[in-house]
Amino acid sequence: MNPALAVIALFLVLSFALGLLARRGRTMNLEQWSVGGRGFGAVFVFLLMAGEIYTTFTFLGGSGWAYGRGAPAFYILCYGAIAYSISYFLLPVIWRYATAHQLHSQADFFVRKYDSPALGVLVSLVGVAGLIPYLVLQLKGLGIIVSETSYGAISVPVAVWISITALVVYVIISGVHGSAWTAVAKDIMILAVAVGLGLYLPWHYYGGLGPMFDAIAKAKPGFLSLPAKGMSVSWFVSTVLLTSLGFYMWPHAFASAYTAKSERVFRKNASVMPLYQLVLLFVFFTGFAAILRVPGLTGTQADLSLLKVSKLAFSPLVVGLIGAAGLLTALVPGSMILMSASTILAKNVYRSFAPSASERAISWIARALVPVVALVAVWITLSSGEEIVPLLLLGYNFVTQLFPSLILSLPSRPLATPAGSMAGIVTGVATILWTSLSKITLARLFPQWPSVITDLNVGIVAMIANIVVLVVVSLMTRKRAAEAS
Amino acid sequence: MRRVPPHRWLAAIPGLLILLGVPFANRVHARVLGMPFLLAWIVGCVLLTSIVMAIVDRLDERHAARDAGRSTRPERAA
Repeated sequence: MNPALAVIALFLVLSFALGLLARRGRTMNLEQWSVGGRGFGAVFVFLLMAGEIYTTFTFLGGSGWAYGRGAPAFYILCYGAIAYSISYFLLPVIWRYATAHQLHSQADFFVRKYDSPALGVLVSLVGVAGLIPYLVLQLKGLGIIVSETSYGAISVPVAVWISITALVVYVIISGVHGSAWTAVAKDIMILAVAVGLGLYLPWHYYGGLGPMFDAIAKAKPGFLSLPAKGMSVSWFVSTVLLTSLGFYMWPHAFASAYTAKSERVFRKNASVMPLYQLVLLFVFFTGFAAILRVPGLTGTQADLSLLKVSKLAFSPLVVGLIGAAGLLTALVPGSMILMSASTILAKNVYRSFAPSASERAISWIARALVPVVALVAVWITLSSGEEIVPLLLLGYNFVTQLFPSLILSLPSRPLATPAGSMAGIVTGVATILWTSLSKITLARLFPQWPSVITDLNVGIVAMIANIVVLVVVSLMTRKRAAEAS
Repeated sequence: MRRVPPHRWLAAIPGLLILLGVPFANRVHARVLGMPFLLAWIVGCVLLTSIVMAIVDRLDERHAARDAGRSTRPERAA
């Protein structure tokens, strides 16, 4: 075993140990398993939320897009800031309602607000549909880390199988407490690694940021600004909008807001979290530094750029530490996602059809579903040839469809009807499924339309359809309800 | 429904600077601190978000304190 792989294996064992330690002396019910009680303070909630937000997506996907696409990658830096300023107003309202009604999951919120169990099942399924590509991208990242740091000894499919096994074992032994402790370790490591790489590589190879960007602009004219077509300004703005509205629509992000001790936490986070966001900048620098050093990585290969340039610059031991940071960065959110998806399927979908099922039975089914969801993710990982960033955007396309119904539910009486809300969400999701399965784009459907419209992110187009249907159906069903009474 | 206190609208500024400002920032080809202008613009907006949200929070607290002071029921002030 080479030193890099040995370091990674060591960190994997350590994270298992932390998971076991965190569990010792506690009896876990489903509530603890999924939200860790309600006793986390500001620092822990901060780390927990950061741990879920900073993922393989940032580390490998962010650098991969800077390497492969240039300026369009900057969208990743934008949407978090906007989402945090929205969170200042949104999360306290959600938290207050969830705490008052003892809610556990995102679907519970919709069920309670709209008084519609059917809507809860739909919201749960949309959440799981969004989580699957998110889990797939963690697995892709883990696979890349394991196979790259093995220096060719382990193939990607084998690496993916090793990764999913580690993830499942980690989830089963740890639950949420393990994640919180490992999140502490992960945040420190990813900060050190990302900032270290982003500062070292541009200076080491180019003598500074300015010379590096000058060299890139010379070698690839136009690479550092948004193109006129394709990933244009219109794509950029609509994508930032989509992702900032969807930021807290992920079932795990939504439900993690329930774990705060007080609403004060969110107000403070809104000014602290954007600063944390700037870690992304260094990941971009790393991707840019790789462009002229490890050229020729095309398509999904661009996701390898961070590790390829690290292998060029450092000894295997250092590469091992970088890989270990990447491992934790995939393990923490990966375990959360896997756990969320299984819990949602057991609690919010299965239970709706078997209301008499006991707490123990539900808890058991949630655990049993972990390997099932994992296998589905492995199958998609091995069969799809998608880059990391588009995978996350696909997840956002799904979860952001919940945003209009959520906002309209916030007044003490929801402004939409359950039927309207469901029809809107189904329309949005159907649009996404149709366009992503058939690979149809607006530009191809309407080639004569201006690119300002055809470049719009399809998720935003789907959300507009969603809102139109939601309003029309709500008006129709409200009238009928009024007539009936 | 209560009116939104005017200072809360401040929170919209950084987001609008990103969504409406990027089309213009994209056309500037200067370097700021070595970075492409578009990237520097975005970094500026992110920093501004942090500052603006801290200000909104501070003003909200002052607002709440004033409301509590005005309240006729002293137990609410606690």
